[in-house]
Amino acid sequence: MKNGIAALLAVSTAFGASVATADESAELIVNGEIEMVTRTAAPAHMSDSMDEVISGWVFRSDQTQEMQQDDFDNPGMIWVESAMETWETAEGTENKSCADCHGDIEEMAGVKATYPKWNEGAEKVVTLQMQVNDCRENRMGAEAWGYDKGPAIDMEALLSSVSRGMPVNVAIDGPGQSTWEMGKELYYSRTGQLDLSCASCHEENYGNMIRADHLSQGQINGFPTYRLKNAKLNGVHSRFKGCVRDTRAETFSPGSDEFIALEMYVASRGNGLSVEGPSVRN
Amino acid sequence: TGMASGIAAAETVAPSAVVFNEDGAVEQSLTGAPGDATEGAKVASTKSMGNCVACHEITDLADVPFHGEVGPLLDGAGDRWSEAELRGILVNAKVLFEGTVMPAFYKTEGFNRLGKAYTGKAHEGEVQPLLDAQQIEDVVAYLMTLK
Ligand code: HEC
Ligand code: HEC
Ligand code: HEC
Repeated sequence: MKNGIAALLAVSTAFGASVATADESAELIVNGEIEMVTRTAAPAHMSDSMDEVISGWVFRSDQTQEMQQDDFDNPGMIWVESAMETWETAEGTENKSCADCHGDIEEMAGVKATYPKWNEGAEKVVTLQMQVNDCRENRMGAEAWGYDKGPAIDMEALLSSVSRGMPVNVAIDGPGQSTWEMGKELYYSRTGQLDLSCASCHEENYGNMIRADHLSQGQINGFPTYRLKNAKLNGVHSRFKGCVRDTRAETFSPGSDEFIALEMYVASRGNGLSVEGPSVRN
Repeated sequence: TGMASGIAAAETVAPSAVVFNEDGAVEQSLTGAPGDATEGAKVASTKSMGNCVACHEITDLADVPFHGEVGPLLDGAGDRWSEAELRGILVNAKVLFEGTVMPAFYKTEGFNRLGKAYTGKAHEGEVQPLLDAQQIEDVVAYLMTLK
């Protein structure tokens, strides 16, 4: 029972040999210019559970890693481009575009790194998708986008792409703290007939193989994620849903209070890692 | 009548009726009959059944692809543990290994947000254990061959 990252060095067991595994020392530099922090000291709030936080990129195969190193090879960038058109398209009863109020997309650099965060007006913690929908419904007079659905996830990927390389920096104190506590509680709660928590796999066993899967820390600094498995952009809540389902449990829904809280908590576990989205995973 | 049913094959022990001794072992066979080691190997390696290899390496099953590393190598399990201890580990590993990530394979109560298999939907109706009594006995018999 190997624990932690040491196992990364000892992967080619007789049985795991056909799973291509990452070079532990690989560095992620996107387009030859954006230097990503893929491993860093764990934030203080995690000091009793782990010393280092590691991006999911580190655990992927060489080929999957390479796809994220250049925007021309990253299939997720197709949806970033389509969201760029949406950014400039006027919609709704106000006939306004995102650009009309926010200007150049580069103005949004750094925003993604701080979400989910407390919103004064709404008096609750909101995710980036909820914030965008708030602008759509209340400032543009346009319809809200479905959670983790096409246009919403594409816009999240665009907003993420302009923050790439910046450190995740989610606040865990202040008025959002009780939501963060709820997320933490969910992270450590075992669910389903297999009776596993997020921590069972992503804290106690990262670096280990679980059947053909190389377990990462389950970080979300790379979201939205283009997955080779389903060839599209995937949202955080959809990924959570899949992981909870795999414990043979009744899942929560994308956009639910539980997943908002869990997203806030899991995001804060990656404080200090670079924003990577849209990333490429298997 | 009464006599006749008494002679019939021993009763299957229901998940809620399993008795653990103070060492976390289960002495009484769940079926009253010896398990089949060949079937047990199949249960251990098949994803829709025990899927033990998801978490454990077993050299004897090297032809089955992708063994996990979450739990210890099971080679020699039949030397390390008695049959009763192995039965206990399979029924509910948490009795012997407090807080372990190994699921309880013969348990039907006490779950949080129990789902309907891998659908993500809520479970409805009677709960079946992950493995039935016969499958548990078969896996125990198989593990006893790992010397
Ligand atoms: C009519 C004006 C208007 C339009 C149109 C608009 N927004 Fe906004 N947006 C705002 C205002 C005002 C805020 C609040 C600013 C603040 O909190 O500092 C905001 C906040 C945001 C934020 C959060 C910024 C932060 O620092 O937390 C994001 C992200 C955002 N908008 C995205 C969008 C997107 C994407 C669209 C188009 C789909 C859009 N907005 C359309 C006015 C607008
Ligand atoms: C039974 C094991 C298991 C459990 C329990 C589990 N996961 Fe996962 N998770 C996986 C596997 C396998 C993958 C794919 C490989 C990887 O990235 O770790 C994954 C991937 C992820 C990813 C994607 C990481 C990336 O870099 O793209 C996130 C995020 C995640 N899990 C979060 C969670 C959360 C939150 C929970 C609890 C609600 C959870 N997981 C519970 C097995 C599990
Ligand atoms: C989700 C992971 C997981 C699955 C699935 C799993 N185990 Fe385990 N198992 C473990 C872990 C972890 C331990 C170590 C106990 C602890 O936590 O201290 C363990 C311990 C054991 C042990 C005692 C270790 C020893 O010294 O030999 C046996 C025997 C065992 N498991 C058999 C099985 C069998 C048989 C199956 C399938 C029917 C199975 N396990 C399925 C994770 C798992």
